[in-house]
Amino acid sequence: MKKLDRHQIAARVARDIPNGACVNLGIGLPTLVANHIPKDREIVLHSENGILGLGPKPAPGAEDEDLIDAGKNPATALPGASYFHHADSFAMIRGGHIDICVLGAFQVSAAGDIANWHTGEADAIPAVGGAMDLAAGAKQVFVTMEHLTKKGESKIVERCTYPLTGVRCVTRIYTDLAVIEVRRDGLHLVEIVAEGLSLEELQRLNGVPLKYRAAA
Amino acid sequence: MINKLFDSAQAALADVADGATIMIGGFGNAGMPAALIDALIAQGAKDLTVVNNNAGNGDAGLAALIGANRVRKLLCSFPRQADSWHFDRLYRAGKIELELVPQGTLAERIRAAGAGIGAFFTPTAFGTRLAEGKETRSIGGRDYVLEYPIYADCALIKADRADRWGNLVYRKTARNFGPIMAAAAKCTVAQVRETVELGALDPEAIVTPGLFVHRVVRVAAMRKAA
Repeated sequence: MKKLDRHQIAARVARDIPNGACVNLGIGLPTLVANHIPKDREIVLHSENGILGLGPKPAPGAEDEDLIDAGKNPATALPGASYFHHADSFAMIRGGHIDICVLGAFQVSAAGDIANWHTGEADAIPAVGGAMDLAAGAKQVFVTMEHLTKKGESKIVERCTYPLTGVRCVTRIYTDLAVIEVRRDGLHLVEIVAEGLSLEELQRLNGVPLKYRAAA
Repeated sequence: MINKLFDSAQAALADVADGATIMIGGFGNAGMPAALIDALIAQGAKDLTVVNNNAGNGDAGLAALIGANRVRKLLCSFPRQADSWHFDRLYRAGKIELELVPQGTLAERIRAAGAGIGAFFTPTAFGTRLAEGKETRSIGGRDYVLEYPIYADCALIKADRADRWGNLVYRKTARNFGPIMAAAAKCTVAQVRETVELGALDPEAIVTPGLFVHRVVRVAAMRKAA
């Protein structure tokens, strides 16, 4: 079996982002999605620290300390961009004006619960940022993650064991093995993306049975 | 004549009391009013409750205030960063209290204080650990958590330009929490790069009207060496 690498997962997500969408990309793997948006589509990137129309990272030497993204990295603004304060930025998120947010996760449950902010360890310093607002407010919540933990356990589970970020909010899961849609009646397999991975093997690896439509 | 321009950050912060709640603008270092924080450290007020998105970076600004043991409690959304060592040390030693607030809830609680809203229901954090013990309600089939405003005695913010009425314009993503913190505090002090004549700011483009701002200090721009 050949799993997708991080860039390939990002590219697979980018394929599903329609022209004209307003999108918020989380930190880490989700950020890579911006590099793979097909050239014929115009996507408006939102960053919760107060910008719509986020552009690519600046050339070395052209950084501006007043222009950063949500990961606090130097950023640029595209023609058409706008700046706004934090309450407006989260009104966009909570008010359902962001079409898609892409988040990383530790676990996603069969019901679409997501856990991505806290490992639950007692001495860990908790930090949540905007993840709970994005989970609760974006029209669609896409999750990108590796399908299995380092120990080989499925991150797609019947019930999350890590502290939750949001309940029943995830709409799609993109992993290095498969694309899965979360519906009211459970998890539906959209596509196996790992080369040479059989449906039976995916069902065995996944923590929850996947529904699928048999090929015609 | 109305004149909110102060000669120095020191003069603008002379009356900050021990035990005060201080909002500090900025998202990471963008929009952080470093000169005002330095003046607050020199002024000596202690036992402070600080509201900021983060817990300070490196050894300057908010990190220095925390490192100087002046902060009793911090309200923020994202304290865990590679270079927040002053906060980490005090938090692990049990010497600083943390109230973790989702970023949008933090922003809206600040906005609510400035807008005279007594409380509000938000869908954020419903069903999570951060909503434990809080009142919830189902409205129109959706579940919400009740959240209360955050008021401050003083807000320290950074803007780009101001006039003597305290009208402010910001620069790029350094705006972040500035406008809402300005409205939520009894005394708002703005650090600006430039002060201009009254009338020089386009009324259509003023982001924070002067009524939310009480004191303005011009601080020559310091570009960080790479």
